Amino acid sequence: MPQHDAPFTPRLTGHDYVTPDLRAKLTGTARFSEDFRIEGMLACKLLTSPMPHAKVARLDTSAALAVPGVRAILTAEDLPAPADTVTDTGSVIRANKWAEPALTMEPLYAGEPVLAVAAATEAAAAEAIAKIDIAFSPLPFVIDPLDSLRPGGPAARGDGNVWLQPPAGPDGAPAMAQVGRLSWTEADFAAAGPHRLPLGKPSREWAYGDLEAGFAKAALVLDETFVTPNVSHQTLETRSTLAYWQNGKVFIHTGTQSTMQTVPAISRWLGIPPERIVFISEFTGGGFGSKGTAGISLVIPALLAKKANAPVMMRVGRELEQAIGRARPSCIGRLRAGFAADGRLLALDMYVLQDNGPYEENNDAAMSGRIVSLLYQPQAMRWRGLAVLTNTPTRMYQTGPGGVQGVMLMDRVLAKAARELKLDQVAIRRVNAPAGKAPYDAAGAGGKRPHATSAFVKEALDQGAAAFGWQARQALPRDLGDGRRRGLGVGLGSFVAGTIGFDGLFVITPEGRLRIHCGIGNLGTESFSDVQRVLADAMDVPWEACEIVWGDTGKHLPWSCVSGGSQTIHAMSRAALAASLDAKKKLKEIAAQTLGGAPEDYAVAGGRVSRASDGRGLDFGEAARRAMALGGAYDGHEISAGLHALTKASAQALAGQGLLAVAKDTFPRDGQSFSYVATFAEVEVDTATGMYRVVDFHAAADSGVVVHPRAFGGQVVGRSMLGLGHVTGQRWVFDRHYGMPLGSRFYQTKPPTILELPQKTGWSSVGIPDPETPIGARGIGEPPTGAAAAALLNALSDALGDDRFRRAPILPDMILASLEPDARPRDHGLSANV
Amino acid sequence: MPEHDPETLRPSGMTRRQFIKSVIAAGVVTCSGALFSGPAGAAPAGPPGAVERLITLDVNGQQRRVDVLPHETLAQTLRYKLGLTSVKIGCDRAECGSCTVLVDDVPRYSCSTLTHSVRGAKILTVEGLTRPDGGLHPLQQGVLDAQGFQCGYCAPGFLMATLGFLKTNPDPTRAELAHGVSGNLCRCQDYDKILTALQNGAASMRKA
Repeated sequence: MPQHDAPFTPRLTGHDYVTPDLRAKLTGTARFSEDFRIEGMLACKLLTSPMPHAKVARLDTSAALAVPGVRAILTAEDLPAPADTVTDTGSVIRANKWAEPALTMEPLYAGEPVLAVAAATEAAAAEAIAKIDIAFSPLPFVIDPLDSLRPGGPAARGDGNVWLQPPAGPDGAPAMAQVGRLSWTEADFAAAGPHRLPLGKPSREWAYGDLEAGFAKAALVLDETFVTPNVSHQTLETRSTLAYWQNGKVFIHTGTQSTMQTVPAISRWLGIPPERIVFISEFTGGGFGSKGTAGISLVIPALLAKKANAPVMMRVGRELEQAIGRARPSCIGRLRAGFAADGRLLALDMYVLQDNGPYEENNDAAMSGRIVSLLYQPQAMRWRGLAVLTNTPTRMYQTGPGGVQGVMLMDRVLAKAARELKLDQVAIRRVNAPAGKAPYDAAGAGGKRPHATSAFVKEALDQGAAAFGWQARQALPRDLGDGRRRGLGVGLGSFVAGTIGFDGLFVITPEGRLRIHCGIGNLGTESFSDVQRVLADAMDVPWEACEIVWGDTGKHLPWSCVSGGSQTIHAMSRAALAASLDAKKKLKEIAAQTLGGAPEDYAVAGGRVSRASDGRGLDFGEAARRAMALGGAYDGHEISAGLHALTKASAQALAGQGLLAVAKDTFPRDGQSFSYVATFAEVEVDTATGMYRVVDFHAAADSGVVVHPRAFGGQVVGRSMLGLGHVTGQRWVFDRHYGMPLGSRFYQTKPPTILELPQKTGWSSVGIPDPETPIGARGIGEPPTGAAAAALLNALSDALGDDRFRRAPILPDMILASLEPDARPRDHGLSANV
Repeated sequence: MPEHDPETLRPSGMTRRQFIKSVIAAGVVTCSGALFSGPAGAAPAGPPGAVERLITLDVNGQQRRVDVLPHETLAQTLRYKLGLTSVKIGCDRAECGSCTVLVDDVPRYSCSTLTHSVRGAKILTVEGLTRPDGGLHPLQQGVLDAQGFQCGYCAPGFLMATLGFLKTNPDPTRAELAHGVSGNLCRCQDYDKILTALQNGAASMRKA
């Protein structure tokens, strides 16, 4: 790929516009998966486990199959056996016997799907479910991770209760994690006492620096335990899915965070090659990590449709969604932190116990350590972690996975240290803030710690403090009269914010327009369209000359990143730029071949390729027609090497339609891309009722160049609201005797409503370009969540005092209880599921 | 209007074209509705004294004939029988508001409204806002211009709740409008931009 040779003139990049998908959303013409209908479509109902852990002891489906209208019943026996798969790059994804199955005869949480019925109507399917003769034998279960670690405690699975990391093999390659049995000792529990996390044996750990020397030098050492909540994703669109098989291909409609990456995921689940998969997902009603690629909600109707030999729609209701719709894992953290008198974090010993749910190990605990090591730059640090299996719904990435928990655990420790050391809250964050190519984690194999591409956290703190009026507010009274108290808080957030190496693909049509093929999922962040603004700028064409094709793999889309982990604006603006360079190279070659001279005599501007010497040139339409006449690489009949197999297939299908531009992002990058947010909040607490609300709020982002300001602001504020919800009301509640979830509806695990929007809400961006990506833009979706949660926790501590709470969410009754004389912090035995 | 005019009003108040459209739509009804009909659906006629099944609803200015079960919700009828898929079922229990429609100008959760209870009422969904020539309602246009909403799943419900609220308070403050739409959840939680966009839409309506 040629180097980035032309300066990038941002005519569209950085400016607001109306995205091409919005009109459909406002007129009701946007088709989400459940809005599709197809002739002969059957309805699907699931039989789910009534117990948190059981074995199916008896199953007879004959009476159910006899119900009029019933066409097929799918059970675990019908699932393809887990098998190793080889990706197009040759790497092997090994079968994991502990991975989540689509259906199971040994359910590991209440609400887990056991079997599925397809029938002509939902009523017939429901009648069939009622007529299934099934008996469950209950098995031991565990809801709270600490219960499982006690000597003789219950295990979530027959073969173990934790994820263990075996030592690396002789070649240094990391071994595959395994489920195994682990108990902590009575002495571990006794040493901690009831209100601190016991420091029993972990499964993973890393360290750098001299921890004990740091603690020895410290002017202040804190030892803090805190419990973050389990939070369901609660996408407003449930994961309803329509699937059917035609002409040997499977067609699947469902919401997703990546149109293209869902294809190989479906391939792995169903055991069929990608060319037999057509995936349609033009609109997605929220994902927040839970709709990453393919999961059980897609696999069940796909296999059922095959068995019934008819299309199957699986409508997912809210209660089923709560069971199978994924959730962020609760983390119990214990942090021992040593500070110098100026607030510098000298030593940090961090232990994170993760409530993992029953299946694959989540990365949240590990990520919490990474983000804390980056965001607060401790001079010496040890991180230890353990993922404990519980008989609760399957966990998955949620906005800032692990970063949110890490910040909720650590930022409040910083706030307390500032109060004890009599330091300003902004100052203590500034003195510890990462800057430039800041290191994180422990040293890798080469002996060097990995580093960020850039960090301008001090600038974000300063910008946010100025916008919020932080200094001036310090003088405001905390007592507002009538039992009302004011609290001020600042919190930081960070997360990964960009990947590399994906493909861009577009066609310059004979009409001279750009038809941009886009494999990005459309879940509302608008990045599927925003990154194409970069392409239009790079090609120097007006936005009106561009058309985006997205949301249907039958439309020939390139390999793209998953829109999760704030990758897209970074990864896919690079891919778009790479494709633009391929287009320019081809345009110049075509012009030289047609009009004479050398390709480098020509420049691309204003929808033309022309030379400065005499102004002669071709417009894009003429060039596209020439490309079609020339064939070869120009119109896509020859495809360059190095592209993803799925991009190649798409490009080949588009050959001959115009000038075909296709390229992989091979721009260099030094370091890992992270974004950062500094958030400021003022809270007002009514000590008579325990009610509180955020009255003023400002989030300042360090996320590089902003491509689409309104979408950016929507992400900053929207993801901040998610973080506020982690503090104000989102949680799980379980009946601990029977292991049954009690909160399966919105009102029981309540997300913020529009009335909880802070009275005054602001956002801003430092806007310093990231030096390691040509466009300078990084993602913003993740870091606001943790920053907002931390700012609110810290504001509540400012209003009410430290050591009031050891868990979130903080509900009004907890506030009232904390204000009782001789109140002790309430942590309910360090359980997240109260 | 002369008798032979193709747009002659029929007794129901519909034009001929509207009538034909509704008949075509009713043809769709039979096949898609079957998915959700109950066991009673097998019996063509109920016992004497049962609720009339084949009823006429006034939806988006059209008279729509539709076969409705006694326990059927308005959301089910609108979505699955009349094909108005802007009516989203986010919770089916009056918690999220994504199914909000106007019934005689009042916002109602259609998931928690029995269809038989709104016979004779004027029902309006987002599909009914767009003009016949495809032009947007000023509320939609104002929201579009401000790039309101993210994933958009909650948008139809928010628009209908706003429209109903504006009928009682056409020029609300930001806080008043927030209260007016507080029965609607957005899980992208882009509430700040949503309020800005809805206020923009309200301003467009006042100018229109």
